[in-house]
Amino acid sequence: MTLLNVENLSKEFGGVHAISDLTFTINPGTIHSIIGPNGAGKTTLFNLITGVYTPSTGRVLFKDQPVTGLRPNELAARGMSRTFQNLQIFMNMTALENVLVGRHLHLNTGILPSLFRWPSIGRGDRAAAALAKDLMAFVGLEKYIGWDADAMPYGALKRLEIARALAAEPKLLLLDEPAAGLNATESREIDEVIKKVAAQGVTVVLVEHDMKMVMEISDHILVLDYGRKLTEGTPAEVRQNPDVIAAYLGQVG
Amino acid sequence: MRSVLSSRWAGLLLLAVVIALLPLALKNNFQFDIAVRIGFNAIVVIGLNLLIGYAGQISLGHAGFLGLAAYFSAITVTRYGWPPLVSLLAAAALVGLLAFIIARPVLRLKGHYLAMATLGLGIIISIVLNQEAGLTGGPDGMAVDAFTIGSFKLVKAREWYWLVGALLWLAVWLSLNLIDSPVGRALRAVHGSEVAAEVVGVDTTRYKVMVFVISAVFASVVGSLQAHYVAFISPQQAGFFQSVEWVIMVVLGGMASTYGAVIGAAILTALPQVLTALEDYEHMIFGLIMMLVMILLPKGIVPSLGALLRRVSSKAEGGK
Repeated sequence: MTLLNVENLSKEFGGVHAISDLTFTINPGTIHSIIGPNGAGKTTLFNLITGVYTPSTGRVLFKDQPVTGLRPNELAARGMSRTFQNLQIFMNMTALENVLVGRHLHLNTGILPSLFRWPSIGRGDRAAAALAKDLMAFVGLEKYIGWDADAMPYGALKRLEIARALAAEPKLLLLDEPAAGLNATESREIDEVIKKVAAQGVTVVLVEHDMKMVMEISDHILVLDYGRKLTEGTPAEVRQNPDVIAAYLGQVG
Repeated sequence: MRSVLSSRWAGLLLLAVVIALLPLALKNNFQFDIAVRIGFNAIVVIGLNLLIGYAGQISLGHAGFLGLAAYFSAITVTRYGWPPLVSLLAAAALVGLLAFIIARPVLRLKGHYLAMATLGLGIIISIVLNQEAGLTGGPDGMAVDAFTIGSFKLVKAREWYWLVGALLWLAVWLSLNLIDSPVGRALRAVHGSEVAAEVVGVDTTRYKVMVFVISAVFASVVGSLQAHYVAFISPQQAGFFQSVEWVIMVVLGGMASTYGAVIGAAILTALPQVLTALEDYEHMIFGLIMMLVMILLPKGIVPSLGALLRRVSSKAEGGK
């Protein structure tokens, strides 16, 4: 069984083919990386898979169900969550509250129970706060539990996004450049977090420029260039591929 | 969590004490009248603060909702003899339904465009109230019967004070409850980042519509009561300037602060009355005070003072 099938997916922006006729699958329980030069369409692909954009043509199957055109919140309810290349943190909330929003799907969100604060709301929130603290510790943010999000450093916010996404208990987690802008030490720490997430049975799809990280942790790599699939395979296969080398280093000769 | 809980009840207790003791300081009918008007404005602004301060949306048309409810109550009670309470509830249901129908298309807009759309909504309602003279009395307005519950009749400002005080307390309680819940966090998340809220499962459209309806219903309840209290209504109450004044109250008191909404409403309602002693300089001083507050306390009165208090207390603890 596959977790995600992308079939003949295309997206045009006013005549520009950001993604062209792309087909690939993602198997459950793997770390799957998507790489390619800047402008190859990696983030567009993420936005298409997670419902932020609607494809021009083609379709996406999640757990063998067609999900093309569903909104991000509907996909989240089916077990898909993500992080963003340019941080999307709720800067008007504390770090812990950011993670608590990630529990949204698992809490009582009735209007009347909330307005009149039925006891179940308080109970649910206390349990959710305990879990959110555990998740913050899991990604290495225990010292930031009481902080306001807008006071936290960039590297910590990157991890806060992962904790928030994990709080939704996704089957498929898409990470858009989790190591971008981080130094080597921070990068390695994110590395460890991703491995731990995968070890818990969450399928991870990764867009990343840090080749060392990609080659080290990926089970499978998809290479994009100009919105098309250049090649895919294991890290060893991709590393040997002359097309990949050409795309990254420029044509030789 | 426990400290949040206890600080919540401390605030609510303090508010109850203030409402209970304030009449001791009020000397005459005029002062009671101001207190009642503060209460009315505060309830509307608490609702509007949920929409503007917490969910990050804007409405320049809420006076339209207040006006519709005021006229609905005035007409059904005065002309057709409905019990005022039934009229109030029916108005709230109708205004809520109207807000629900309008919210979906309007709240797809953001920022300035949303401001324009809600402004248009308010103006349409105001024009209808002016033009439908046969039903509403047109620009001349219409007289409204007193508010009665059974055989009990509310007339004096002193009597109204307790009803409005109780409702204000209720509005604060509901607002605090809502904010301190998964729904409240979802609303704030919509403000923080809509796309991030959606990818963890928050149906942002649902929450925007919901908070729009709640704030409209708050305005509706006040509209019905205010019509009876003032015993007269005119289209002016549903006008653009009233909507703007409430938005100013939200911003002045402090966005995303329920008590800020109350403080903002209290200051902006009472200040013009206090400044009348200055006669010609009234509007100038009023404007000056507003500018100074926003420059010195840019996040609004309550959040800015709260942050100041936290800084002072953390400095005091810093020695440890």
